[in-house]
Amino acid sequence: MASYTGPSIEAINLSKKFGEFPAVSNLNLKIEGAKCVGFLGPNGAGKTTTLKMFTCLIRASSGQALINGINVRTNTKAALASVGTLIETPEIYPALTPREGLRMIAEIRGVPAEEREKRIENAVNEVRMGEWIDKRVGKFSKGMKQRICIAVALLSDPEILILDEPTTGLDPRGMSEVRGIVKSLKSKKRLIFMSSHLLNEVSEICDEVAMIDHGKLIVYDTIANVAAKVSGGANTVEVGVLHPIDQKLLAGKIAKLEGIVSADKRDDRTLTLRFQGGLDVQERLLAELVKLNIGVVSFKPASLELEDAYLKLIQATL
Amino acid sequence: MSQNQTRSGNTVPGSIAQIGIITKYTFLDYFRSRRFLVLVVITALIGILLTAAIGYYRPQALIADSLSFYSSWWGNITTFVIILTGIFFGGDAISGEFQNKTGYFSIPNPIRRSSIYVGKFLAALIASTLILAIFTVITIGNGLYYFPSGIPSQFGESLLFSWSYLVAVLGFTFFFSSVFKSSAISILVTVILFLFGFNIIDVVVSAFAHVEPWFILTYGAAILSSVFTVPYPPHVNTINAGPITLTTYVATIPEGLAIMILYFAVTIVLGLVFFERKEFT
Repeated sequence: MASYTGPSIEAINLSKKFGEFPAVSNLNLKIEGAKCVGFLGPNGAGKTTTLKMFTCLIRASSGQALINGINVRTNTKAALASVGTLIETPEIYPALTPREGLRMIAEIRGVPAEEREKRIENAVNEVRMGEWIDKRVGKFSKGMKQRICIAVALLSDPEILILDEPTTGLDPRGMSEVRGIVKSLKSKKRLIFMSSHLLNEVSEICDEVAMIDHGKLIVYDTIANVAAKVSGGANTVEVGVLHPIDQKLLAGKIAKLEGIVSADKRDDRTLTLRFQGGLDVQERLLAELVKLNIGVVSFKPASLELEDAYLKLIQATL
Repeated sequence: MSQNQTRSGNTVPGSIAQIGIITKYTFLDYFRSRRFLVLVVITALIGILLTAAIGYYRPQALIADSLSFYSSWWGNITTFVIILTGIFFGGDAISGEFQNKTGYFSIPNPIRRSSIYVGKFLAALIASTLILAIFTVITIGNGLYYFPSGIPSQFGESLLFSWSYLVAVLGFTFFFSSVFKSSAISILVTVILFLFGFNIIDVVVSAFAHVEPWFILTYGAAILSSVFTVPYPPHVNTINAGPITLTTYVATIPEGLAIMILYFAVTIVLGLVFFERKEFT
């Protein structure tokens, strides 16, 4: 086995047929390192099927699903030892409490006995279900169950998280909290592979995206590069500034920065900059804007960029 | 770092230990469930009704001697209690993992499906054994009331056979539970087979085709009531009813035990194979 270089997920010619219907076709995808990767595609594209093959819920018709280089089919225990999962909305045995459900998973995963209770309480508190920890799960709402299952996924401090639409079933506040949780996990050297229908969610949380349609991988790259590919190389960033921006400054110095295609005001304190190039250009532009002392308080890829890219790429496969 | 040890220092336990974990939490779930309470109530009700009926009517055929008493009480009712517990705890044990989505909670973990299957089976067996124990206590209580001199040794044998039957019934219900994704269908098929199907096949095959129904589980299980007959009933009985000759068979004790063991072994393995291959689509 190759030397360990960090968490990884790899699909090698991964295929799944339901009867004659090819749900996933020869998927080749390798994701390595601590990052968050969004897995996008329309309904029926093969996202959940792919995630289920990685978590042994269904078996591949052909090809391999590897986690940290270990085949999940032939060595399930070793492959899934480092993985926390949330696929659909799992149901905990209804007569158990969250504490007991989490304890069961903690024991299965070999969380040391002396750390078990603390980890359970931390995980449940992280999803804001602390006051329900000793109530039976049977009468919980879908959103409450979803939160508990996120706690289950975090419980063993896994280096890889496979999440299938983690905000499904949650109210807006719950969605925001879960996004916050996922974002906080990024800082803990984890590989997060997350499917979602919500493009703004993926833009907000993920570093990279893999798009799939009709069971085939369309693209896998950083969000900026994906957006650049479909917009003839132009990307868009939204820049938040502290003070209202001067039109002369915008049309002058800012619009003339190297790589800028267009510079517009969305409102008094937000600029929309279109530029040619990838992450390297984006980084340089940020540095130059800061040097202009215009009070940059935020700098992020425009969420619409991903939506545009998604629509163009998915439409191309119809 | 071994393959089953994670970055966080967790060491995934062996499969035997994981079976124990699944057994513990599944049993806890069963024990607290409404179905367990319902079964306790049904079993207690059966016991109370029998106690009241026998106490009131005092049928001579039944209280003539201890063997007749245990034969009528235990031999006739236990199989019903066993089938009921098998259906309650085994009928949806595996299909529920799919239908109720509890499989999404347990399967995507570093654990073999076989460990989950065996763990759930053991939990169902413990829960069912508790129900059988309640009925046993009620039976012995009544038996000692009418025959305080002691419990016949045949009751001990029958108790052992009953538990063997319980194991076989659970193996069978787990098999059907693995075959079907719908709990309702798996329960329905099990109920039809045990309450009607097996008995009909038994009668047709033995009485009219004159073939010993050694392949029917309920035929083998008849040893748990036959053991109360002294001497043990003949293996084959032929009755001439005019132009028709009817044959009945009584399984011998080794034969009955072999049928139950075989049923358990075959169905538990087949059920596991189905569960291993089944997909959460």
